[in-house]
Amino acid sequence: MVPLSYYLLLSGILFVCGVLGFLIKRNIITIFMSIELMLNGVNLSFVAFAAHWHMMGNLRALSGQVFVFFVMVVAAAEAAVGLAIIIAVYRTRETLNVDQVNLLKL
Amino acid sequence: MTPQTLSPLLCTIPLFPLAGAAINGFLGRQSSKKAISAVALAFCGLTFFVAVFIAANFSSASAPYSFSLAHWLRSGSFSVDFEFYLDQLSLVMLLVVTGVGFLIHIYSVGYMWDDDGYYRFMSYLNLFMFFMLTLVLAKNYLVMFIGWEGVGLASYLLIGFWFTKDSAAAAGKKAFIVNRIGDFGFLIALFLMIKHFGSLDFTHVFAAVRSLPAETAGTGTLTAIGLLLMVGAAGKSAQIPLYVWLPDAMEGPTPVSALIHAATMVTAGVYMVARSSAIFERAPMAMMVVAIIGTLTALFAATIGIAQTDIKKVLAYSTVSQLGYMFMACGVGAFSAGIFHLMTHAFFKGLLFLAAGSVIHGVGGEQDMRKMGGLRVYMPWTFLTMSIATFTIAGFPPLAAYFSKDEILWKAYSSPYGSWVYWLIGVITAFLTSFYMFRLWFLTFFGDYRGASAHDGHDPRTGAPAPHGQEHGHGDPHESPWVMLGPLVILAILSFVGGWVGIGGRFEHFLAPVFQSGGTAQLAQEAAGEAGGKWTETFLTLISVGVAFLGLYFAYLLYLKRHDLPAKIAQSLGGLYQAVANKYYIDELYAALFVKPLVDGSTTILWHGVDQGVIDAAVNDSADAARHVSDKSRHMQSGNLRSYAGWIAAGGAVVIAYMVWMGVR
Amino acid sequence: MAGAINLLVQSHPINSALSLIAVMAALAAEYLLLGAEFVAAVQVIVYAGAIMVLFLITIMLLNAGAEERTKGSRIAILLGVPGVLIGGVLVAWTLLGPFSTTQSVAIGALWGDPKSIARLLFHDFLLPFEVTSVLILIAIMGAVVLASRPRVVASSARKDAE
Repeated sequence: MVPLSYYLLLSGILFVCGVLGFLIKRNIITIFMSIELMLNGVNLSFVAFAAHWHMMGNLRALSGQVFVFFVMVVAAAEAAVGLAIIIAVYRTRETLNVDQVNLLKL
Repeated sequence: MTPQTLSPLLCTIPLFPLAGAAINGFLGRQSSKKAISAVALAFCGLTFFVAVFIAANFSSASAPYSFSLAHWLRSGSFSVDFEFYLDQLSLVMLLVVTGVGFLIHIYSVGYMWDDDGYYRFMSYLNLFMFFMLTLVLAKNYLVMFIGWEGVGLASYLLIGFWFTKDSAAAAGKKAFIVNRIGDFGFLIALFLMIKHFGSLDFTHVFAAVRSLPAETAGTGTLTAIGLLLMVGAAGKSAQIPLYVWLPDAMEGPTPVSALIHAATMVTAGVYMVARSSAIFERAPMAMMVVAIIGTLTALFAATIGIAQTDIKKVLAYSTVSQLGYMFMACGVGAFSAGIFHLMTHAFFKGLLFLAAGSVIHGVGGEQDMRKMGGLRVYMPWTFLTMSIATFTIAGFPPLAAYFSKDEILWKAYSSPYGSWVYWLIGVITAFLTSFYMFRLWFLTFFGDYRGASAHDGHDPRTGAPAPHGQEHGHGDPHESPWVMLGPLVILAILSFVGGWVGIGGRFEHFLAPVFQSGGTAQLAQEAAGEAGGKWTETFLTLISVGVAFLGLYFAYLLYLKRHDLPAKIAQSLGGLYQAVANKYYIDELYAALFVKPLVDGSTTILWHGVDQGVIDAAVNDSADAARHVSDKSRHMQSGNLRSYAGWIAAGGAVVIAYMVWMGVR
Repeated sequence: MAGAINLLVQSHPINSALSLIAVMAALAAEYLLLGAEFVAAVQVIVYAGAIMVLFLITIMLLNAGAEERTKGSRIAILLGVPGVLIGGVLVAWTLLGPFSTTQSVAIGALWGDPKSIARLLFHDFLLPFEVTSVLILIAIMGAVVLASRPRVVASSARKDAE
């Protein structure tokens, strides 16, 4: 019997790592991967809660896993489009350094 | 005439001139001068005729009449309405104001015809009439105060009529401000009245006051009210110490000086004191203060008047002095005598000013008497009328002022509140009055004409060379047109016969119901004291007539016979003469004591400190702060993806912290 | 967790991608432990198999090299790192601290079978299911348009004009 909080803690750590990666890294693809990492962390917490509710006897517990399904679908879509954007940006800017894609400023 | 039909007419009296003022004020700019004159004269004349009509139908039996126009204030148990009131006192004032006012309107048509602001002038004159009539016909102190303030406003507008001239604008300001100081005292008196009597209505207040005992100790509410009312009257009627605005007010056109500063506005203070006779009679200390102020002012102003060279300034100081007489009368309890003198003063002083205006008009704008002379040849009618006025003011019988002035002097001596000191000062002032008036008379109308056509370098009076630049290319002095002379003649007739209503105490008897209970007791006392004093009265009268002749003789001596004497006397008196000629430097004193610290304080504290330091700083600094904040915040939108993420993370941390904190609580 | 940290540490994106794959595999195992077999399977197939492959293709296509040191935004590091760390610490404190009210979770029992999930998907969550399929369609179209070469569009326009 593993306490739920451990799973949530792990989920939180994954999320934090994802954010840190987003902040620290300069390569835009790596940043994207950090986003995926964040999403994974969230998925873990969903599944953990689903198991928890199942333990509690809640009949809707399975909805947690279904939601994870949807998250993954959205993540896939977003990854596809995001990578397409990166390719387009790479064509114009010739760089993958996110600091150099800063035209949207005052 | 029943009160029911008469009373509603009361409210039309002030409203007619108001209509005239409004019409001329708004439409005057495009109207022809004839139309403007017609409107102004018509409305003023209407008022006069209504006043005469009311007077003809006035009956002492059904007096006082009152009429309520509209509700005004209601606050708990305190209420004030727009109500008009007519009793004998108001009737006298009403006739004086409308009559003299109407004559001056006619005069102004001629005097101001060539002025650009003609429509403005007539509009202001009508406006003044409205306020003055409101003041006179008011039934409570607050409506009177409306009129009080309003005539102050009209005075400001009219004194500074030629507002492009700095001295005129400054004089207008000075008049209004000094008036305001007096009004402050008036207001506090009103507040005291509200507090103690719960009403400002004349009938209520006086009824309540009459039930109180006399405050012989010299302290108490009634004394306070009386003193404060006197402060207001001193401001409005130019008594010590608030008289300084009146000589400067001569900057305004001469009809203004005649109407406002001789006949009507300055007498508002006297009217108010007379109206409040019930209060004063029960506060002997306040009455004594009134008498002292009046007496001192009379003497003081007369001494200044003998050294002035501007014809209008002499008349201005004369007004202050004569007002002092009126206050002296009220201060010794002879209220009806004060009003009597008010009436005759309106006639002869108005006449004097209008005639002076005629003289000034005739010599083309010159006001310095040293440059006049011998004008009786050029302006016979003006000379005639002005002579009548001069003899009147000096107190020669049987002209008008003889009766009124003599009445005052007698009452000053014999009244239970009076004393021989008042009488003595009054007689000395009468001598000085006679002296300076005849000095004016001789300088202006006799001798040789020393005006523009005289180009010799020496002024025989003071030995100083006549300054150039006073030429006006006017040619010889000429007589004024009949539109100006007509009122002069009428006023001259009134100055002649106006005092005859007072013979045998008829005037006093007429006004007696107004100044009742205290009055009757006083009359009884006087009758008791008078019986043995009949010879005293005749004797005193002879003395006062005597000093009038003395003044005439001295003026004749100094200004006609031996021209060199005044200069020698002036030099031998040296500093004293300088002080008198410079009005005892009172204006300079006030400027140093009050004006300069106030202006300096206002500059440093209010201007630099508050306005620039606080208000401007607040506005400017808030704008600066907005700029700084946005300057710093601009860095948030750097276009850098990671910094955005950083901000989001920080914000997220804040939200989480808040939620944790809420959960912990 | 090791994989996550490794992602941060590595400088070459390929290495980071590979460590991410490791993370996903570990997560799949976790899901199995929590009894979500279907989700675990989907995680391996879709996430690790398709999305990460996409990432790897893109990295290799764009020839992403090791990262250079360029002047980044100081704000991000100044604000973001402390922010996220504080947030994380707070959450951890909430979970583990005296206020934690969470219970235990059983390990082992596999109760997330495809049949029950399918029942939920096609009954209760039908609408979201259909919407997500439309979403994927749009994403595909968007990706194709974005990634296509400008020349292709122009030449196809020219081809249509002829």
